[in-house]
Amino acid sequence: MWRKYTVHPKFITMENGSEKTQDEIPNSNRRNFLKIGLLTSGAVAVGSLGIQKLFSKDETGKGGVKTIVHTNDGKVYEANTAHMKECEVTPVSNEEARRGIPGKKFVMVIDEAKCDGCKKCTEACQSMHYIPSDREWIKVFKMQDSESTQPYFFPKPCFHCDNPPCTKVCPVNATFKRQDGIVLVDNERCIGCRSCMAACPYSTRFFNWTRPENPPAMAGITYSPEQGFPRKVGTVEKCDFCPHMAREGKLPACVSGCPMNAIYFGDQNEDAVTNSSGVTVRLSQLLEDNAGYRHLEELGTEPRVYYLPAKNRKYPKPEMNGKEEKHAEKKASTEMSGMNM
Amino acid sequence: MEQNTISSNISNGTMKTGSHEAMVKAKIETIREDSLRPTRVWGKSTKLFLGFLFCVAGWGLFAYVYQCIHGLGATAMRNYVSWGLYISTFVFFIGISHSGTLVSAILRITKQEWRRPITRSAELMTFVSLLFGGIMPILDLGRPDRLQNLVIHGRLQSPLIWDVICISTYFVGSTMFLYLPMIPDMALCRDRLPEGSSKFKKWIYTKLAIGWTGTTSQWHRLEKLMNIMTIIIIPIAVSVHTVVSYIFAMTLRPGWDSTVFGPYFVAGALYSGSATVIIAMAVFRKLYGLEKYITPRHFDLMGKIVLVLTLVYAYLNLNEYWIPAYKMTTSEGHLLKDLFYGTYSKVFWTLQFGTVLLPIVIMSIPKGRRIKPLIFACIVIVIGAWIKRYIIVVPTLLHPYMPIQQVPTDWSSYFPNWVEWSVTFGALSGIFIVITLFSKLFPMMAVWEVEEGVEIDEDKLLAIEIRDKRAAEKRGDISAPIAAN
Repeated sequence: MWRKYTVHPKFITMENGSEKTQDEIPNSNRRNFLKIGLLTSGAVAVGSLGIQKLFSKDETGKGGVKTIVHTNDGKVYEANTAHMKECEVTPVSNEEARRGIPGKKFVMVIDEAKCDGCKKCTEACQSMHYIPSDREWIKVFKMQDSESTQPYFFPKPCFHCDNPPCTKVCPVNATFKRQDGIVLVDNERCIGCRSCMAACPYSTRFFNWTRPENPPAMAGITYSPEQGFPRKVGTVEKCDFCPHMAREGKLPACVSGCPMNAIYFGDQNEDAVTNSSGVTVRLSQLLEDNAGYRHLEELGTEPRVYYLPAKNRKYPKPEMNGKEEKHAEKKASTEMSGMNM
Repeated sequence: MEQNTISSNISNGTMKTGSHEAMVKAKIETIREDSLRPTRVWGKSTKLFLGFLFCVAGWGLFAYVYQCIHGLGATAMRNYVSWGLYISTFVFFIGISHSGTLVSAILRITKQEWRRPITRSAELMTFVSLLFGGIMPILDLGRPDRLQNLVIHGRLQSPLIWDVICISTYFVGSTMFLYLPMIPDMALCRDRLPEGSSKFKKWIYTKLAIGWTGTTSQWHRLEKLMNIMTIIIIPIAVSVHTVVSYIFAMTLRPGWDSTVFGPYFVAGALYSGSATVIIAMAVFRKLYGLEKYITPRHFDLMGKIVLVLTLVYAYLNLNEYWIPAYKMTTSEGHLLKDLFYGTYSKVFWTLQFGTVLLPIVIMSIPKGRRIKPLIFACIVIVIGAWIKRYIIVVPTLLHPYMPIQQVPTDWSSYFPNWVEWSVTFGALSGIFIVITLFSKLFPMMAVWEVEEGVEIDEDKLLAIEIRDKRAAEKRGDISAPIAAN
């Protein structure tokens, strides 16, 4: 959810506000809209309007106190808070959503040894993105590579591949790879040809076959490829690595929703990933110590999701109902059809 | 121009050519009348047939509107099988469209005289199947209202854009290829329009004849354009079905991830397309009384062509399945097992034996290339080609790398529902509507080309006669020519 932040002299309140696009805000510069943190009261994101108003008028604010603000490009300003009301964070513009967050390279690590298949990650994701019950952006598979090897749980989000087969085949650039590694879908441009669904080897993409019911909570929300709703009939959607959360410096829903601390998320450039308990570890060390791997490496898609094999599993292994669930056999649906529907 | 030079040769021929000239003229007259006759009468059966077709097309249109209102969820397609009957039919129709190029262009280039009576129907097949083949993926779009994005945001890297470019180029090319040889015939229709014909007919013939009077320079230009088009259209046709296969082959999916897919699709297209031409030949011959022109010899020769193409197709089929079947890699293995002895095995083996091997056997025997068995073989081929497209598209989608787990039951299987059948048969009846209307408005033989054929034949006969006479003279008066030498 995009929220409006109103800055008061002494404290900060946060409330759900009506949405305004950047075009409606006078003098707003969509490209360089700044998130500024208030040094005195903690880091809070506010829009460019505050800064613009701040410096365009004279210094004689009524009843405000002087405060220091710093922008995320590293500059520090002194300002009167009386001029800082009505600051809104609007959804990022389409160009911005297509470019991504500068300097980042998002990466996920999923520890199979810690996953007990509770599907809390799926639940957290479903509720954050209001996902209809027929699809799961992150889905927990029961896997067994061969009859003699041990079964394991395999939570599978979108892999946000660095060599993405899906974006290559899109005829209209509706799905795209961003500089921060995330692959997104622009459902206002998608023509619904489903080439990307055919191209994705991981069955990660879902199609809105019928007119989606957008819950009231989403009413009035301006669309941005970064948040994926309102959904639109005849378009493709998929796991988006929660870029709106990343912009706030927060973890994706599945990561923070995992009670087993099995999912790590972070920035490869910083070589750091964090799990739901807030433990931040070195990515390279984590992968090295646990023999991290990527699923179907031989396809050359260069996934941004790493897995740690289920060595010294901390929880019981999944019950495999016979052979049928092991591989891409169509039988698997029989037992499953009732689940999570 | 060729026609004129030949005619002038004949008329200028100093020998006793009077009888030949009269014969040629009489023959040409019959050809003209025979070709134009179907355009002058509208039988009751034609009207009934058209009425039926319009009903089916109307129902298809209704189903499509229903689909637009409810979203693609109105079809049986779901998240695993996200392409179904529409895309299979698209590939099938585009395949059929290769018929025109093959018969018309390749036989023109190789100067096969027997092609003359069948070029028009072949080119018409190309035109209509491309028209409706091109529509199929649009019917398959989730957001047909955003079709303009293909132009506004089109990405050259996408195989789908290659399809758009190649198919539209081929459509323009094959329309020209159909239209150019029609110009002299349009002039003929215009000039021979019976009294009391509708204004529409007069208007359309006049417009389409674009002032054709049959002057030497006009013939010359037509000839030149036809030569250029004949050469251009062949690589375009090959490119079209190659890039259609790339929609599949450019993915990592087991069963589609194949380097042989381009030629495999082209061969499949040629084999089903040329079989369609034979069926069309038989139908027009019967309906429009063209038995004199489209003879058993034509069927025999076309049968040989289809035989060769079926053998090529069978060879590529072998490569497509035998090589992965030998290795049985994990994911491809699951798919192949399903095809060879799983869910799709009955259909798969029926296709292999019934629609590839059986036609080969039939067409290999000279008796099998008689009209009736040949038509049977061709119908089997065409229906088989359609089902084969389905077998290429659907089973692969049901065998992804990730297991199909925890999904609604209807996601893990697919059979087209009433909406898809209605829309597809609507499109098919659209094809028949265009063919019927076309054949009722325009001659189904390229009149001037057939005439030209007669003249060439007659010319040959004349040449033989002249040669024989010379020989006789030689024998009779042996001294004179030698003395002259």
